[in-house]
Amino acid sequence: MKSNRLLTYLQVTPLFLVLLLFVIVPLALVLIVSFFRYQMLVGLVPDFTFKNYIDLLSNPTSYKLYFSTIKFTLIVLAITGVLGFWVAYFLVFHVRNLLVAIGLFLVCTVPFWTSNIIRMISWRPVLGTEGLINTALLESGLVGEPISWLLFSDFAVIVAYVHLFTLFMIVPIFNAMARIDKALLEAAVDAGATRWGVVWNVVLPLSKTGIALGAVFVVTLVMGDFFVVAVMSGGLSGSATSGIFNDLQFLNYPRAAANAVVLLIIVLLIATAIFRLVDVRKELVR
Amino acid sequence: MSLPSQGRRPWTFYVLSVMFTLFVLFLYGPMFIMFILSFQGPTGGLVFPMRGFSFTWFEALFGQARTGDVGGAFSRSLPLALIVMVLTVLISVTAGFAFRRRFVGSGFLFYTAVASLIVPGLVLSIGILVTARFLGIPARWWFTGLGAHLSWTLPFGLLIMFAILGRLSPSYEEAAYDMGATRWQTVRHVVIPIVFPGMIAVALFGFTLSYDEFPRSWLTVGSLNTLPIEIWTMTTNVTSPALYALGTVTSAISFVAIGLAIGSIAYIQHRRSKRT
Repeated sequence: MKSNRLLTYLQVTPLFLVLLLFVIVPLALVLIVSFFRYQMLVGLVPDFTFKNYIDLLSNPTSYKLYFSTIKFTLIVLAITGVLGFWVAYFLVFHVRNLLVAIGLFLVCTVPFWTSNIIRMISWRPVLGTEGLINTALLESGLVGEPISWLLFSDFAVIVAYVHLFTLFMIVPIFNAMARIDKALLEAAVDAGATRWGVVWNVVLPLSKTGIALGAVFVVTLVMGDFFVVAVMSGGLSGSATSGIFNDLQFLNYPRAAANAVVLLIIVLLIATAIFRLVDVRKELVR
Repeated sequence: MSLPSQGRRPWTFYVLSVMFTLFVLFLYGPMFIMFILSFQGPTGGLVFPMRGFSFTWFEALFGQARTGDVGGAFSRSLPLALIVMVLTVLISVTAGFAFRRRFVGSGFLFYTAVASLIVPGLVLSIGILVTARFLGIPARWWFTGLGAHLSWTLPFGLLIMFAILGRLSPSYEEAAYDMGATRWQTVRHVVIPIVFPGMIAVALFGFTLSYDEFPRSWLTVGSLNTLPIEIWTMTTNVTSPALYALGTVTSAISFVAIGLAIGSIAYIQHRRSKRT
């Protein structure tokens, strides 16, 4: 094949320039600004101080926010993981017509291409005190007064997360499962495995990469989120990012930056830990 | 004991079918309820019951005084999404081809793209805003906003291209060269037809992800809002079904884009399967 080193570099130059200008430099500047000083009305003052980090780490509120974020992350990870696994399992192994399977898979993915904010708002007429669920419960006489914790609560936040992010589990797990040779399953059955044994000992280990990829997406999306928490908890719950949001409202960029750096380190640590478990690049390129 | 994919359907099939149906209801139910409520009569509220049927709230949407500058937000979000779509296709397709060969820095570039995908949007938003400050330029939707969106769409485009090109064996191109095709002819008549459905998928991601992006837009679009930010402000100060009407309109645009993309991919595949 006529391969040409120069051509290869020309082909990646646009990608490199975009990533340089809008990812690498911005992240480097966030790191630099996090050591700057903040002054009322002036804003950024170049400096090299750890004050922002000390402020952040000595403030009990930040621990509370991180604790709340991690709690949400683990709950959502568990729900989306189980749901994503069984949805993918159903599509790959139970639906026998390939076209039907692809169609149902698309049904699961279409919402991903629509607006997240709109999908969150659409929960209001369902979960609100005068919403569908409460109306139904009241009219059936199951409850005497509307349940108030359905909307603007941790429950609502988790419903929205699961609603928005389960897709990120389904797609990679579906991909991993679709590559499993059906003969393996037959062999396991022939060797005397039960139905449950096949799922546990064959399908699950072979879907590991898909689950890991999905977990990275869900962890980073939940940890980096602030607007689902803001809209669905009605301001009652916070997330690690809502700290950043508050700092930004006061134009305190240095502290927002320090907060962002801490968040970024935690997210990247979790992501590398998961990537360590499976060689995702090999999976993706193959 | 048999496999779920052979013979009589096992009981698990029915259990999982019910679960899947409930999941789809969970995914689409609220959305459709919102669509219905957006046609509330003039005296209707944010919840059921429907008080008549009207287009009042769609009309209210584009009257500036009540709901903010929705028309203006549309007039920025649509072109921005189209520009992002074109650039995402061009950049990720060319880069995808480069990644078929090993080159110095390929690992670095790949991991930067992955990092761009998993960095919290708000963090990147701050970074891009600060970068603009240092460069002495104001944040504008067509520059900083565009870059922020590309940082989100390009990794997806690249991953899709990896998946597509992984299936494109170099031997097709070698065969074309052996038969005397020039590089351009090979690209035009061999490579592009093979990767074209993948390019449509990349375009779909580019358009819809940009059109709906909120966290990366928030600080980077400058003083003139794009649609998701306009909706975000509306959630706090608009308490009429106009909010749902906007949701219906913007979802309709997304559905048109999705339908066009999936429809054309299906059409191409169908024509090809008939030809062979």
